[in-house]
Amino acid sequence: VTPVGTARQRLSVKFYLTAILFILFDIETIFLYLWAVLFDQLQWFGIIEVALFVGTLVVGYIYILRRGALNWD
Amino acid sequence: MEGSTSALVQFLDSNVALVAGIGKIAIALVIALQVAPIMVWVERRQAAFIQRRIGPNRVGLFGFKLFGLGQPLADTIKLLFKEDFVPKHVNKFFYILAPIVPAVMGLLAIQGIPLGKEIIVAGHTINLQPVNLNAGFLYLFAMSALGVYGVALAGWSSNNKYALLGGLRASAQMISYELAMGLALLPMVFIYGTLDLQTMIAAQSETIGFLPKWGIFLSPVSFVLFVVTMFAETNRLPFDLAEGEAELVAGFLVEYGSMRWSLFFLGEYAMMFTLSALTTCVFLGGYEIPWLPHGQLVAMLTPIFTAEPATWVAALIGLGVLIAKVAIFMFLFVQVRFTLPRFRYDQLMRVGWVYMLPVALVNLVVMALIVAFLRLA
Repeated sequence: VTPVGTARQRLSVKFYLTAILFILFDIETIFLYLWAVLFDQLQWFGIIEVALFVGTLVVGYIYILRRGALNWD
Repeated sequence: MEGSTSALVQFLDSNVALVAGIGKIAIALVIALQVAPIMVWVERRQAAFIQRRIGPNRVGLFGFKLFGLGQPLADTIKLLFKEDFVPKHVNKFFYILAPIVPAVMGLLAIQGIPLGKEIIVAGHTINLQPVNLNAGFLYLFAMSALGVYGVALAGWSSNNKYALLGGLRASAQMISYELAMGLALLPMVFIYGTLDLQTMIAAQSETIGFLPKWGIFLSPVSFVLFVVTMFAETNRLPFDLAEGEAELVAGFLVEYGSMRWSLFFLGEYAMMFTLSALTTCVFLGGYEIPWLPHGQLVAMLTPIFTAEPATWVAALIGLGVLIAKVAIFMFLFVQVRFTLPRFRYDQLMRVGWVYMLPVALVNLVVMALIVAFLRLA
């Protein structure tokens, strides 16, 4: 069945927003992998640094949550 | 004659890495390509049993019925000989490119799975992981993430509103769950202190008390998170919003038929197998038999088979154990598919971003503190 009309039209900005947020958080995850591999060498220094890092991440996360960026209604 | 044989032996001797590498890759490819047809049959049989039907049981091989195991072969022949049809309204280049991406990524990803520890052939030790990168399972993540391109391209190039919606949904879903997936495996990295799957499996061959020292006992929350994201990542029910037969007809697959259509499924099943195998390697001890480390197994087999063949037999047993453990997950995939209803799209995104991600983060912090107190003190 040939579709009626074209599919080249505007889309919900939600998908774009999701992609942007994904890039942010995914890069953070990759940074954490470096620390995880060197966990034993970095000792408590590494853990405190990562705690600060994750803390910043959580602040950003709470911000996007409060702004309703993750609401799909 | 004599001269050519010794020349061949010499060539094999000096190119062990090359020959062994091609062999290992070939074995992994054969496994990955067999998964799709067999799983389609398993899925149809299991669906039939759940719905009190009989399912495909007629097509046999050479006059034997074999519970209908000839069905996948017949299906494959049918799909291969169907007309290769390209609809007029599609963007031809991307339409043809799209199915290749998931299939290739699925077949590439499986190369990172250790199929066994090692075998010794004519004095050469061969590691049975087809591609042994020091980036370990980050390579698997990369391959599974690249599969998104296939879905997104298929949805867009089809120039069909249902396909476009399906493709967009699938891309948004796959990238959302990738976050929780990456964070879920992080604790395992610092528990084992490596990204290399072979080292991880070796660490899991020991025991804690009476339990084998498997990742699932060391970090159960990670295991649960990872299995859930695995379902989302492979677009399986209850996360198959991309296809959503009831609302989107078949999502990004609408405009596809014949072998192009089956390439998507080849990729999907290969990726299911790979992710199940990754779970097995990280959480369930991979090819190791519980309570019986590989070294002990080889030592047990050596008096029966002499030194070198003993490692071959041990490798075969290991492969069998790996496939048995993976089969449990494959069965779970099928069972869940016909047991749970599909999510609504907003629920799906909510679960991914609002529940899975924070739980993964909290799990990461808690595990880091526990490991730090136990190990660094």
